[in-house]
Amino acid sequence: MPPIISIENLGKSYLIGHQSKPAESYTALRDVIGEKAKSFGRKALNLARGRQIVSGDHTEEFWALRDVSFDIDPGDVIGIIGSNGAGKSTLLKILSRITEPTRGRICLNGRVASLLEVGTGFHPELSGRENIFLNGAVLGMNRREILKKFDEIVAFAEVEKFLDTPVKRYSSGMYVRLAFAVAAHLEPEILVVDEVLAVGDINFQKKCLGKMSDVSKGGRTVLFVSHNMAAVRSLCPRGVVLEKGHVAFEGPVIEAIEHYSNHSVAEVCSKWTRNDSPTQSPIRIHQIESRLSGKQPCIKLHCDIAIECSQSCSRYFMAADIFHQSHSPIAQALPETECFIEGTPGIHDVHLEIDLPPLIPGVYSVDFWAGPHYKTGYDYVKKTISFEITESPIVGRSHPHKPEHGCIVSPCRYHYKSFPVEAKIAV
Amino acid sequence: MQPIIIEPGSSARRYWRDLWQYRELFQVLAWRDISVRYKQTVIGIAWAVIRPVLTMVVFTVIFGKIAKLPTVGDAPYALMVFAGMLPWTFFSTALSESSSSLVNNANLISKVFFPRLIVPTATIMVAFVDFLISFFILVAMMIWYQFIPGWQIVLLPLFVGIAFLASLGPGLWITTLNVRYRDFRYVIPFIVQFGLYISPVGFSSSVIPEKWRLLYSMNPIVGVIDGFRWCILGGESSIYWPGFLTSLGITAFFLWFGIRQFRRMESRFADFI
Repeated sequence: MPPIISIENLGKSYLIGHQSKPAESYTALRDVIGEKAKSFGRKALNLARGRQIVSGDHTEEFWALRDVSFDIDPGDVIGIIGSNGAGKSTLLKILSRITEPTRGRICLNGRVASLLEVGTGFHPELSGRENIFLNGAVLGMNRREILKKFDEIVAFAEVEKFLDTPVKRYSSGMYVRLAFAVAAHLEPEILVVDEVLAVGDINFQKKCLGKMSDVSKGGRTVLFVSHNMAAVRSLCPRGVVLEKGHVAFEGPVIEAIEHYSNHSVAEVCSKWTRNDSPTQSPIRIHQIESRLSGKQPCIKLHCDIAIECSQSCSRYFMAADIFHQSHSPIAQALPETECFIEGTPGIHDVHLEIDLPPLIPGVYSVDFWAGPHYKTGYDYVKKTISFEITESPIVGRSHPHKPEHGCIVSPCRYHYKSFPVEAKIAV
Repeated sequence: MQPIIIEPGSSARRYWRDLWQYRELFQVLAWRDISVRYKQTVIGIAWAVIRPVLTMVVFTVIFGKIAKLPTVGDAPYALMVFAGMLPWTFFSTALSESSSSLVNNANLISKVFFPRLIVPTATIMVAFVDFLISFFILVAMMIWYQFIPGWQIVLLPLFVGIAFLASLGPGLWITTLNVRYRDFRYVIPFIVQFGLYISPVGFSSSVIPEKWRLLYSMNPIVGVIDGFRWCILGGESSIYWPGFLTSLGITAFFLWFGIRQFRRMESRFADFI
């Protein structure tokens, strides 16, 4: 049987701009005017020639995908995994024909429906009923198909009562349910799904996963992109790992996830310094140093965080999220629910001491967040410092722990009684 | 079924086939824009009546009563104004709606595939619905003035078609530019505002001196408005043929140019929007 999707040497490049000197270095007004005039002249020239206008003063070709080749057989369910910027979304966009590749080719032997977002094309002013037709048409269903599936869609979304209410009055849960319901009832030969399961409450997520696995058992070909390794593992027998635009691994999903976990985590680094460009926000987390102390199962993580405050702002507080190397979130550390750092300009040094839960051996990384309120963040830095746990939290255990069972070993104790056989018969 | 090949330039080759396959989406998008247009307004569809009627009253008073410009033959001045306003309103609404259409539908463009030409053409349908409503006002006015149109009225759909194409051409071009350079969203209101005064909407194009008439017809909508007046007011207005053909030529040029520019950029809209 010929492959349903065959990808050959696929490549996609974008033009990106750079600023060679930081903008602050122009001091004289004459220089500023000169630079602005030069940049305006270049833009006007590019506009006249019909070329792309790029900000910054020199451009670079960036390959989001390069020499990607693999085949997918009919009925395969493939998980596509990779860190941010590995080219997953670009691949899906090319597969769903939203954008064209720069080189290479894909041969598709079937109709593709792509689900890059739930509720694409939903219009807030239209009622649920109207949006089902609108969204269905956008996703490539014709009117007859939608009419046939209408009742099923409504039942799946559990919105019977609100069918004639504009969706802008829906709760966000209802909105997502309706949107997913329409998409779940598509019947293409190839279904392309991007991260859509990361929405809705836990029950609905389960329902979506169930529906997805029904779809895949129905013999359809599914390409599924997600950061949720548990979902990938349970849905997809096969996986493709993308790394910086290349295919790094292709094969059984367990091995793919292992490959991804082993290659995506940087070395354990106890010191992190910010290296991106300045932001608008009043404070920036500048540097973090960390060390571990204590013994399993009571290890403490100490973080010295240097925060630059460029302008005075309201008081704020901090939080830290701990992730396993497989990118599954483990725990949040929230030292204080009140704002405890004064927003005065200067450097703020915060020492954060985290009692780690009984973690299984592995490498863990930490994200830091700072802000005046849960809803508004000043700064959020991801994958900063990382640390390695080498000992099992169960003192004396040498058998390796598997992340499939979770990364925390819950402290537990038991009571045990044994009854002789006769006693049980007497009852 | 035939396999779909995706490679650089592939969507251009199967373009018109794709467009036909997605005709249902065209209907749905047009229907969406029409049904959303007057949602959450108190008087709803009445807006489509009030705006042209008020403009007509103002123009009739200023150009007819105060400036005392001549009408066409013995047709009432108000009727002459309204016969010019029909195509103008259609043209200007269609132009401004279609030229912002791609940016307004950015979420669709960046998340699903369909021939992008559907978006601007579907938004023009909104202008068409407003046009139909205005047309009923015109009929009511003709009954009020007891004005009976001649046989030429049957040619009106032809001129509606020309007005459609005249707005589609520049609309496609500007919406393409708008995807990359949002400057053009500030340009369109200007064009529409000036256009109202440099086009013969409030007055008859016969007031233009003969030697400027051909130059004046470079404005593509002049030919359409003259055509409308000829159809509606009958033989009392006559078409200035050299001017009409010039208008038609310019319309055709813009249409060709608009489609060309649109298709050249189309496959990369999602990268820029």
